Amino acid sequence: MPELIKEKEPFKFCTRLHLSELTGLRATTLSQLLALIKEVPGSCIYHHTHRFLQQHQYLSPEPPNDFAFWVTDILGEDELGERLVSIDTMQYSAIRDLREKIASTIENYLKDNPLAKLKFARAEEEFHFIKSVSFILPTNYIVYDLKGFAEVLRKITVDAIYFHIFEARLRLEKPTNDFSYWIENSLGDKELADKISGLDPYTRTLEDLRNKIIQMVERRTAG
Amino acid sequence: MAKIEEYVPLVGPAVIDDLRLLGERLKGKVIQHINSTPVGGGVAEILNRMVPLLQELGVDTKWDVIKGGEQFFAVTKKFHNALHGRAEEITQSDFEIFMQTSQDNIKNVNTYGDIVFVHDPQPIAMVKKKAANKWLWRCHIDVSSPNEKVWGFLMDFICQYDSAVFSAPSFSRKLPIRQFLISPSIDPLSDKNKELPQETIDSVLKKYDIRQDKPIITQISRFDRLKDPVGVIEAYLQVKKYIDCQLVLAGGTAEDDPEGFKVLGEVKEKAKRDPDIHILLLSQNDIEINALQRASDIVVQKSLKEGFGLTVAEALWKAKPVVASNVGGIPLQIKHKYSGLLCHSVEGASFAIKQLLSSPAYAKKLGENGREHIKNNFLITRHLRDYMLLFLSLYHPEDVVHLC
Repeated sequence: MPELIKEKEPFKFCTRLHLSELTGLRATTLSQLLALIKEVPGSCIYHHTHRFLQQHQYLSPEPPNDFAFWVTDILGEDELGERLVSIDTMQYSAIRDLREKIASTIENYLKDNPLAKLKFARAEEEFHFIKSVSFILPTNYIVYDLKGFAEVLRKITVDAIYFHIFEARLRLEKPTNDFSYWIENSLGDKELADKISGLDPYTRTLEDLRNKIIQMVERRTAG
Repeated sequence: MAKIEEYVPLVGPAVIDDLRLLGERLKGKVIQHINSTPVGGGVAEILNRMVPLLQELGVDTKWDVIKGGEQFFAVTKKFHNALHGRAEEITQSDFEIFMQTSQDNIKNVNTYGDIVFVHDPQPIAMVKKKAANKWLWRCHIDVSSPNEKVWGFLMDFICQYDSAVFSAPSFSRKLPIRQFLISPSIDPLSDKNKELPQETIDSVLKKYDIRQDKPIITQISRFDRLKDPVGVIEAYLQVKKYIDCQLVLAGGTAEDDPEGFKVLGEVKEKAKRDPDIHILLLSQNDIEINALQRASDIVVQKSLKEGFGLTVAEALWKAKPVVASNVGGIPLQIKHKYSGLLCHSVEGASFAIKQLLSSPAYAKKLGENGREHIKNNFLITRHLRDYMLLFLSLYHPEDVVHLC
């Protein structure tokens, strides 16, 4: 077994808990949805593109995107739903860019399919815009090397994994996920860092993601 | 009553650790709940569980109850129905009675909390006492299509609160204050939801003469038209043409609710020619309700209107495949075809029931997904977390709050 590399800075695990804030804004048609997507706070776009990951962990890799789900299941616009669900969130490093992509996807679809503007949802099936309010707090877990890192990964909540992988990168606009950043900059293991950042976390459940990262780290520590 | 540690085997130690971390952040704050009754009804039931658990987590939590006479509660019952969209004649005198009792409570109830958490419309006017402390209003009812006269009257008070809380997105509308979505929850360790030995389940089935050799379809609900028990029987009869099965309709009805007994009479009349339909009047017998849900092959909740519909969460927690109407808070609990089947009509319900009875592997998968969904989102531990975050949000207006 290779000698464990000691850190420059320890890794401090945080967790992210969230509240859903209601806005009272609702859409019945695609045109209304589009107009609101352009004007709601970024926290709404974040909520509707990430809510599935935490609330429906068992469903992934089903659509992690409320817009796609509503467009497909309520309005019956399967093709637009497919276009929205296949937006590669990993390609966007900020919510504003993701918002633009979602809006332009709907806009282009409406240009090609003007009849889609005529479809509307029943009263109880309207799209309600919700904001995600995040609370980030440190846990008691601090680790100094990869062995300890893997041990804590087994114990922490999926909320903590979610925070370091998804929220840190997209919502807090860090260049990569927190795990890869620490492994590269404090442990100097660029190869492992790149492997972790190369995962597409949007196509896995959070539990799968936890197991995959543990597996990668343990392979590394076992040499 | 269960201690917080007892939830560890169900949700894992890390979830409870997170609750403790949040509890620490609320040290020094006094949370004062105010509602209109110490016993009976969903609000009192949940506060009876939440208050001791919050105290155990280090959050100084108190609970006070307003006083009101017969006239006052008659008016608030009318408000309740009107907010649910039922036709009610609300007079000026009703508003005067409401305000008179509210003034007495404002005078007599001490609002000492750093955070005063007011539940439902009955104590809503207490906010007139708002000083430098924070005030929350929790609406537990379906206000998606309220009587505008009553809603307008309440709005004068709602606007004075710091934040409001609703159970479903469809209940929200534009408000000048912050509003949060917090769903109710079930307690997995209560008599209604805890694991039961097979012998208990068997003895309940025997007691009510329910056979174990043909599928059991169950709806647990009050005998109330909004729960559409007659519609459930019609759906069952359509299924029965193709699949031999039994129907259990079980629930209570209030002694002082003449309509409840009338509905029960209609249901019995509709069911009388079929010995496989079991109409059970069970009041407050949580173990028997639990056993009936666990014995069922399919649980139905065919409501026409629903505040939240926690019977759906109860059934899903028991990993049962559920067929339910797409109303109120039910779509939050069921994603169609993933964690249950949603329907809009008798025909839709009967089709879904047939589909599930004919495809047990699919039905099993829906039930398993449903249990997982309830575990992640509708247990009391999530409710405790949301309430503590809600309290913290009163001191943090931003969308990303760093509690470092």
